Amino acid sequence: MTEREPDMMPEAEVEAETPETQYRASFSLKTKDAAGTGADAAVPAKVTARDVCVFYGKKQALFNVNLDVAQHRVTALIGPSGCGKSTFLRCINRMNDTIDGCRVQGEVRLDGVDVNQKNIDVVQLRSRIGMVFQKPNPFPKSIYENVAYGPRIHGLAANGRELDEIVEQSLRRAGLFDEVHDRLHSPGTSLSGGQQQRLCIARAIAISPELILMDEPCSSLDPIATAKIEELIDELRSRFTIVIVTHNMQQAARVSQYTAFFHLGHLVEFGSTEYIFTNPTEERTQDYITGRFG
Amino acid sequence: MSLPGASAALPWQLSDTATRRVRRRKRANVRFQVYGIGAIVIGLAILAILLATVIGKGTGAFVQTRITLDVAFNEKIIDPDGSRDPVKLGQADYAALLKEAVAASFPAVTARQDKRDLQKLFSGDARYELRDMVVNDPSIIGTTRSVSLLAASDTDIFAKGSMARDIAEGDRRLTDKQIAWIDELVAKNALETNFNWSFFTNADSRAPESAGIGGALIGSFYTLLITLAVCFPIGMMAAVYLEEFAPKNRLTDLIEVNINNLAAVPSIIFGLLGLAIFIQAFHLPRSAPLVGGLTLALMILPTIIVVTRAALKAVPPSIREAAYGVGASPIQVVTHHVLPLAVPGIATGTIIGMARALGETAPLLIIGMVAFIVDFPGGPTDAATVLPVQIFLWADSPERGFEEKTAAGIMVLLAFLILMNAIAIYLRKRFEVRW
Repeated sequence: MTEREPDMMPEAEVEAETPETQYRASFSLKTKDAAGTGADAAVPAKVTARDVCVFYGKKQALFNVNLDVAQHRVTALIGPSGCGKSTFLRCINRMNDTIDGCRVQGEVRLDGVDVNQKNIDVVQLRSRIGMVFQKPNPFPKSIYENVAYGPRIHGLAANGRELDEIVEQSLRRAGLFDEVHDRLHSPGTSLSGGQQQRLCIARAIAISPELILMDEPCSSLDPIATAKIEELIDELRSRFTIVIVTHNMQQAARVSQYTAFFHLGHLVEFGSTEYIFTNPTEERTQDYITGRFG
Repeated sequence: MSLPGASAALPWQLSDTATRRVRRRKRANVRFQVYGIGAIVIGLAILAILLATVIGKGTGAFVQTRITLDVAFNEKIIDPDGSRDPVKLGQADYAALLKEAVAASFPAVTARQDKRDLQKLFSGDARYELRDMVVNDPSIIGTTRSVSLLAASDTDIFAKGSMARDIAEGDRRLTDKQIAWIDELVAKNALETNFNWSFFTNADSRAPESAGIGGALIGSFYTLLITLAVCFPIGMMAAVYLEEFAPKNRLTDLIEVNINNLAAVPSIIFGLLGLAIFIQAFHLPRSAPLVGGLTLALMILPTIIVVTRAALKAVPPSIREAAYGVGASPIQVVTHHVLPLAVPGIATGTIIGMARALGETAPLLIIGMVAFIVDFPGGPTDAATVLPVQIFLWADSPERGFEEKTAAGIMVLLAFLILMNAIAIYLRKRFEVRW
């Protein structure tokens, strides 16, 4: 649980009601380490989570999480299995809605707008947030159709040529185009695991999201495919804000600028990756990153 | 790769108890295999006996005996006033025409009783064949033609060798004289057997030789059409809603349990339900494919729902998540991704459900589709019968000639069931999606 400076809370609430731009400009990433490391102190926040609690039926999975995701940065969520990091990730694009008996409290704001508000259209919300899952899950359709599906349902392309362009560009950005350009119409499921995952990334960025959520995107891939994806994440950072859940501490250290450590449903510590990995304040963080548990 | 001395005795020695245990295990293994193979052999043998009996009895019905006869189309009998009015042609006394022709080709037969017995070698429907010839082509009046006429059922059975000639005269349906006449016809090369197309094109008849399955086929077709049209959309919508959209609460649990239970309710209960609702409350026509189809739809609706839900459940949740992830609405997720992937399963289940409906008899007996119907149904509201009920009716008939018709009807029904199941298997294999 992040212990925020008491004066921050009301400030954030006031800002929430002001126009978006103002909100972004005035927000600075203040976490526990703000005084200490001070890295990127003025990066605007893309997502702000305040007092987020999630319940699965009667069981509480997340306890009062307060977390800010910096724009155009990679934020890694680490922690042992079942600590709530995926649950938190799914709060951002409301994927928890699809789970029966799941209840979310608190507020998650995307560009200052509460995503759980009644008048927020969840489809609209998800069209601004791409998601990549743990297991590569391409649709059992052609490579082209996999990437074109999102732009098509959101009407992002006026005609076939535009759609072709979006597909090509997305595949290029996902570093897959050169490998598949001559077989765009063969099934996406025929690709290798690493290629499938990059196809899923291409599918996610085809809808030109502002934010990409990745739920352990490399957990089912071999080291070479993992290296490619990590490289890709670093490249994507310039265009998108990325939140990545990972079990792999080295990966978190390699790809992210900010790291949040979750344990048993609590956000134990959050700060710049350098700070978390070199000089964490919390003993539990220290124990986890040095491999004493988890 | 061989270890040094691997082919020789094992480098380690088993104790006696261990050796016994190994032997016992191997024996148990063999015993288990024998039981399994035995069970399969028994099952196959029973199936073989069933099929052999049905096919052995039924193949005769696909062949029909006809007698070639020189018929003089006497104008005095057919059209005494020479008007060639089709109505009058249709009403003329063709029995007399046939009698004359038979007498002419057996001049030696003079006694009244013998003449009558001779006449009985021909089907009672032979006169209608003559009538149809004349009505279709009045120009044959006044000429003499060699005409192939339908033989009576007894002649047919005898000609196919199913009636022994060496038993006492009183114990068989044909007299010695009749057998002698048949032999005479055979000697004259006037008796022929050919493929019985009319078995497929005729409706039911009192006379076994002209009874056909065609009417029942059309009846079954209309019935299944109604069943499919009613239960497929309802079943699919119910399944999609329950599986994809309905909240999981006590009410939906209750509905689910009830659907599963309904799938196991004896079919005759659905017949009673159909009788009470469709006939007594809604006054729909009795014995019509409409009512039969609605009743069967009620019967297989639970099956369709269960199967469709299973097919939807088999679509991996990761596909749903992926679709939600790119911002598809719940309806889009279902219509663009889940349903297309579930179609092979749904189609398979539906076809198997329809096969069950095709073979169902009990509920149709209750709603009165058991009537004797000689006309082809022109639509779903006409009185009709269906394949299994037709088989039931024939099995119930005392005439010997219906025995082979019953078996042949079973063969046709089995052929359709096998065909439907084959289509189901094909669809499953063809459109199975692997991921």
